Amino acid sequence: MNALNIRDLRKVYKNGFEALKGVDITVQQGDFFALLGPNGAGKSTAIGIISSLVNKTSGHVEVFGHDLDNDPEGVKSCIGLVPQEFNFNMWEPIGEIVVNQAGFYGIPRKEAWRRAEASLRQLDLWDKRQQMSRTLSGGMKRRLMIARALVHRPKLLILDEPTAGVDIEIRRSMWEFMSELNRQGTTIILTTHYLEEAESLCRNIAIINQGRIVEHSRMDRLLHQLHTETFVLNLRDPLNELPSLQGFELKRLDGQRVEVAVNSEQSINQLFEQLSLHEIGVTSLRNKQNRLEQLFMNMVESARNGAAQ
Amino acid sequence: MTRYSRYLTAFQTIFTKELLRFTRIWLQTILPPVITTVLYYIIFGNLIGSRIGEMDGFSYIDFIVPGLILMAVITNSYSNVVSSFFSSKFQRHVEELIISPVPNWVILAGYVAGGVARGVMVGIAVTSVSLFFTDIQVQSYGWTLTVFILTAILFSLAGFINAVYANSFDDISIVPTFILTPLTYLGGVFYSISMLPEFWQQVSLANPILYMVNAFRYGLLGVSDIPMGVALGIVVLFIVALTGFSLYLLNRGIGIKN
Repeated sequence: MNALNIRDLRKVYKNGFEALKGVDITVQQGDFFALLGPNGAGKSTAIGIISSLVNKTSGHVEVFGHDLDNDPEGVKSCIGLVPQEFNFNMWEPIGEIVVNQAGFYGIPRKEAWRRAEASLRQLDLWDKRQQMSRTLSGGMKRRLMIARALVHRPKLLILDEPTAGVDIEIRRSMWEFMSELNRQGTTIILTTHYLEEAESLCRNIAIINQGRIVEHSRMDRLLHQLHTETFVLNLRDPLNELPSLQGFELKRLDGQRVEVAVNSEQSINQLFEQLSLHEIGVTSLRNKQNRLEQLFMNMVESARNGAAQ
Repeated sequence: MTRYSRYLTAFQTIFTKELLRFTRIWLQTILPPVITTVLYYIIFGNLIGSRIGEMDGFSYIDFIVPGLILMAVITNSYSNVVSSFFSSKFQRHVEELIISPVPNWVILAGYVAGGVARGVMVGIAVTSVSLFFTDIQVQSYGWTLTVFILTAILFSLAGFINAVYANSFDDISIVPTFILTPLTYLGGVFYSISMLPEFWQQVSLANPILYMVNAFRYGLLGVSDIPMGVALGIVVLFIVALTGFSLYLLNRGIGIKN
């Protein structure tokens, strides 16, 4: 059974803006799925419709076999949502926020406290359960929203930019937490602007642009489409003059750093052979851009050019 | 866990949340109406009232007691729901409810129960204070309690509708200031409509609060300007209409969904 099935989903807002123009998405049960797109592409509208925050104009949404039109309660029972913006009561204690959310799902108070304790402990917030939510730091507020979304043990967890504005240490611990959740069987849909995050966590991906899905495939298959990767090389000694390498073109960034593009028919070994021939020592190298980011930019750019023509 | 036990838990959660919300800030929610009512008793009841004499066979202070109690119930049940639901929209935590499998009628019932609870608490507090100023004997506990609860339900519903349409904090104070307060003051709290010229008596009959005040006065004092059947019928009619309209708004997602 698929965790999510979306067919021909359309949304036209009252002001006439067409946010979704016939979107089809399938997410398999147990998947870690990335839904990417530039700002205003329609990601949040799609997530809003799936989680009942936005009314759709037309189309079909099914979550674990529950149809959104005929069985909205069934759909809602399966979903946990971590929205992009903070949406909890700033004047309520943290423990109560999580317990109340469980109550809305019909979980009696005693059991709700037991589950809230488990969720809050997992996210290092249990000690702060009596604190008002407004006193939390940005990272803690994000973790509170995750704890709240997990308290009814959803089969499908939707994370809309869960790590936005979070420092790198917390971000990495959140990645581990999400991976562990997924390993335990929770299907996860992730939207993020950190493409490194999507590349390392997700197995399948859909890219949405201007209300249309422009790519829907496996992450590894998509990355394989990347024909050229650009590397930044840190050199052992400064270069006075750029040498002419066979098959490669070096571009100077500064005295001791150059960048070079390697296409899918070439190898890094060939590059290093050429550099050795010219006695150029390399102390380290890195991708100039994350691979997914490069692909993403190519797709968005070509879609934009297509629209302009 | 059956569907209805889930609904009951969800209702209890919303109700408890509401109860905790206004009791936590009792200095802002419970105490002010009590102080206001004491001032009314001292000024209108004792100081001015003693010069007015009797009204419908009762001393003026006894005559205004039912209206003042009901006025506190109306204001508090209304403002509890309007401020709580609007605040949940403003801070966006209404989304917690929208994404949960809670039917709209349970959401409405939870908020209305919260409004009724505050109305009843304030009503009891104001009634207790009244005992220091008057010695009225309740004529019918059944009528008194029925009107008391129905009025709180009606104005909780009205507060809910106001909150759904409100887009700013100004919007939640416009209706109480420009509609609710004038209707309450002109609803026979401080006078019997039999004192008015015929034309204004007829105009007053268009004011729904008049029926509630009179029905409540009948329960406490045994006198009313309006037949009881008519008063009760009108209150129930309003409750049914506002419930239907509130559910329509929730089902369509007006004011809360994009």
